[in-house]
Amino acid sequence: MPADPSPTPVLRLAGITKRFGSLLANDDISLDLDRGEVLALLGENGAGKSTLVSILFGHYVADAGTIEVDGRPLAPGQPRAALAAGIGMVHQHFTLADNLSVLDNVMLGTESLWRPLSRREAARRRLLDLGARFGLAVDPQARVGRLSVGERQRVEILKALYRGARVLILDEPTAVLTPQESEALFATLRQMVSAGLAIIFISHKLDEVLRVSHRIAVLRAGRLVAVLPAAGADKPLLAEAMVGRSVEMPRRDPVPPRAGTPACELRDATVRAAGRQGRPLLDGVTMQVQPGEIVAVAGVSGNGQAVLAELLFGQRALDAGSLHVAGRALPPRPRAFVDAGVARVPEDRHAVGVVGDLSLWENVVLERYRRPAYARFNLMRRGAAMADAQALVERFDVRGTEASGVHTLARHLSGGNMQKLILGRVLMAPGAPDRVATAPPATPAAAPPLIVANQPTWGLDIGAVAYVHQQLLDAAAAGSGVVLISEDLEEVFALADRIAVMHQGRLSHARPARSWTLAGIGLAMAGGGHGSAAETVALAT
Amino acid sequence: MRLERRSTPSRAAILLAPVAAVAGTLLVASLLVAWAGAPVGRAYALLLDGGFGSRFAITETLTRATPLILTGLAAAVAFRARLFNIGAEGQLYLGALAAVAAGGLHGGSGFGAPAWLLFPAMMAAAALAGALLLLGPALMKSRYGVDEVVTTLLLNFIVLLFVGAMLDGPMKDPTAMGWPQSVALQEALHLGKLIERSRVHTGLVGALAAALLLWALLKFTTHGFEIRAVGANARAAAFAGMPVGWVTVKVALLSGALAGLAGAVEVAGRAGYVTLDMSPGYGYSGIVIAMLAALHPLGVVAAAVFVAGILVGADSMSRAVGVPTYIADVIVATALIAMLGAGLFTQYRVRWARAR
Repeated sequence: MPADPSPTPVLRLAGITKRFGSLLANDDISLDLDRGEVLALLGENGAGKSTLVSILFGHYVADAGTIEVDGRPLAPGQPRAALAAGIGMVHQHFTLADNLSVLDNVMLGTESLWRPLSRREAARRRLLDLGARFGLAVDPQARVGRLSVGERQRVEILKALYRGARVLILDEPTAVLTPQESEALFATLRQMVSAGLAIIFISHKLDEVLRVSHRIAVLRAGRLVAVLPAAGADKPLLAEAMVGRSVEMPRRDPVPPRAGTPACELRDATVRAAGRQGRPLLDGVTMQVQPGEIVAVAGVSGNGQAVLAELLFGQRALDAGSLHVAGRALPPRPRAFVDAGVARVPEDRHAVGVVGDLSLWENVVLERYRRPAYARFNLMRRGAAMADAQALVERFDVRGTEASGVHTLARHLSGGNMQKLILGRVLMAPGAPDRVATAPPATPAAAPPLIVANQPTWGLDIGAVAYVHQQLLDAAAAGSGVVLISEDLEEVFALADRIAVMHQGRLSHARPARSWTLAGIGLAMAGGGHGSAAETVALAT
Repeated sequence: MRLERRSTPSRAAILLAPVAAVAGTLLVASLLVAWAGAPVGRAYALLLDGGFGSRFAITETLTRATPLILTGLAAAVAFRARLFNIGAEGQLYLGALAAVAAGGLHGGSGFGAPAWLLFPAMMAAAALAGALLLLGPALMKSRYGVDEVVTTLLLNFIVLLFVGAMLDGPMKDPTAMGWPQSVALQEALHLGKLIERSRVHTGLVGALAAALLLWALLKFTTHGFEIRAVGANARAAAFAGMPVGWVTVKVALLSGALAGLAGAVEVAGRAGYVTLDMSPGYGYSGIVIAMLAALHPLGVVAAAVFVAGILVGADSMSRAVGVPTYIADVIVATALIAMLGAGLFTQYRVRWARAR
């Protein structure tokens, strides 16, 4: 509950409207924020959360509407004014200088150029004091480059507090944290609101939002569709408010793995950092995925998952150990993996998954344009490619192609539709020799032997997440082995038969999903739990 | 003031951009014309008349456009794949030199092969010379990440000095009364006239064919698909399994060959020998032309004719009203900047924040 419900709200947004061309990003949004309150801003990607916050912080100027802080109007379009009014922002991607100390980072930009002497000692004391008050312990002398992600986030928060922030905006703050680190952050948030600060908490994780916030504001397609107290709200209600219809998330009933040749087998796979000594990027990883099985690789971002993904995409060679796909060792080239039937879903859809400036149909055949189905004597069979792209659009329900059809530029697709395009590309395996060339098949063609999906639902809205999950489950049911690399534990638990945890390039034994607890995974993600399941559970309880 | 990205640029803006760019260019250039003390309206009328206003003007413009189409295509195809070949000027000169090396009157007579054999050999030599000159920078780029803008630009100076050395040495024409020029091409290898009583030669047909072929290559072939994909997003192309390094090399060979052919066509179609001033910057103008054409091969033809018309028209304007011919370079350069600016404004809108 708000600690001190004062008559004037600390922040008042009135009628904020912002257009980008024909897109109405924010439509007449009015919202109050009280002292001592955590307000969650909930919404799918593209619902207008970022735009609203950018306007609040002065990065954009609203087309209409006003912002008041403590009853005084805030000058639009000036980040400096927002800072001066006591609005602090912690971005999802930190804005810290790695080569400077914590203290330097915090003081950066706060000192006048005209003052000859720096007041470091006073600043250091103030920083320590703030840290002690809000449970944000960080050594002021430490170099930021050596800090963990959780510690860097604390520095970002301290930076905002040091500048006298009274309204703190946190953009997806838990995306980079382990469950334990998230707990610590929530404790800090509680201390801050009890000291009278107000917090805007942006997230799409419903569990968190329900636990942390006092009120929840839901944005959908630029409009504020609901503002409701967190007490009494529940996940289905919020999901429905976000999406505008009820969403049922598919769930996996764990299936015993099939016998036979593993879809993917890694043995002591080791990848060393280029030209550098020290810890290998991938350190003796052993993993086996049977056909029809979903094995999830969980872990905090940056612990070697990207390297593992590149290895399984055919983009990286092993320094030691072995990798077999369906019983065969493959040369480390993307095309060899594609030809072996590996369905590859990269983490970064925009930068790696598609070529944004090519059309949809060209992206559909991007991996297979040299197949006889699409090229003869080096001439593209454009008609065949476009027909298959059209079939993909229909079967995978790719939206946003009404105006230009398969000629739509890939970059004009939303994230969810882009992911459908990529999934369709790898699951339909267009141009494969066994492809049914005539009418689009009603059921999936031969399932790919191996699917490697790296963060397949990152940044997608709930509806698209459910769709992607269902596709992966269907493929596994049809016999594909699936490696799911994900930082989203909800996703991991919803889909995986077995779960392995990655920490500093090492992969734990993949154990049945049921034998893991959330706390146990959190511990393993932080490097603590390589022991048996019983041990981990005992530690956590 | 700041720029905000438009969600989708409107069709009208895209079509209006070049018009606005040309209008802005003429406005800027008119200030300079006025500064030079000439009547602006008459100067522009003379420029237009000199470039396009008579049979003679049109044929001169087409003659000038021929090498420009080829260097424009060389830049366009390379830029499509994000290989920034600034070295077309050097490739053109080396191509011209190779053409004369294959088909020149060395020792008074040259190689004794028949013309039907020697002509393709001459063209192939020119294409190969240009292609190989760009191969080095392309390999250095794809292997070691060396910036090709620097290497190709600097190679221009090296090639020009090399050509100068050859023209004063082994390939010097002994009958040229001491002028640094190469031996002449064999008479049988000269390109025929395309239009009577003009300088337009069959090289124009070759340049137009090259534009059509390149357009078809980019649109209909797997090679073109690779070039466009690598140029638009090399990371995604590599992820999908395209051989990015090899595509860069293929594009380099193609681009260098086109620029080399520009040199051969210029030699065989006009003077018949190489001099150090045979190109008034055709290689560099090719870059401008490619940008004006938005890297479209057929657009290159139109842009090359436009630029050639301004260059030719400026000559006659200069003779009539005394504005230096450099005005043509200013117009072409301004048109490029205006075009880039117009392109920017189709993608972005300007927001004026109240300054305090």
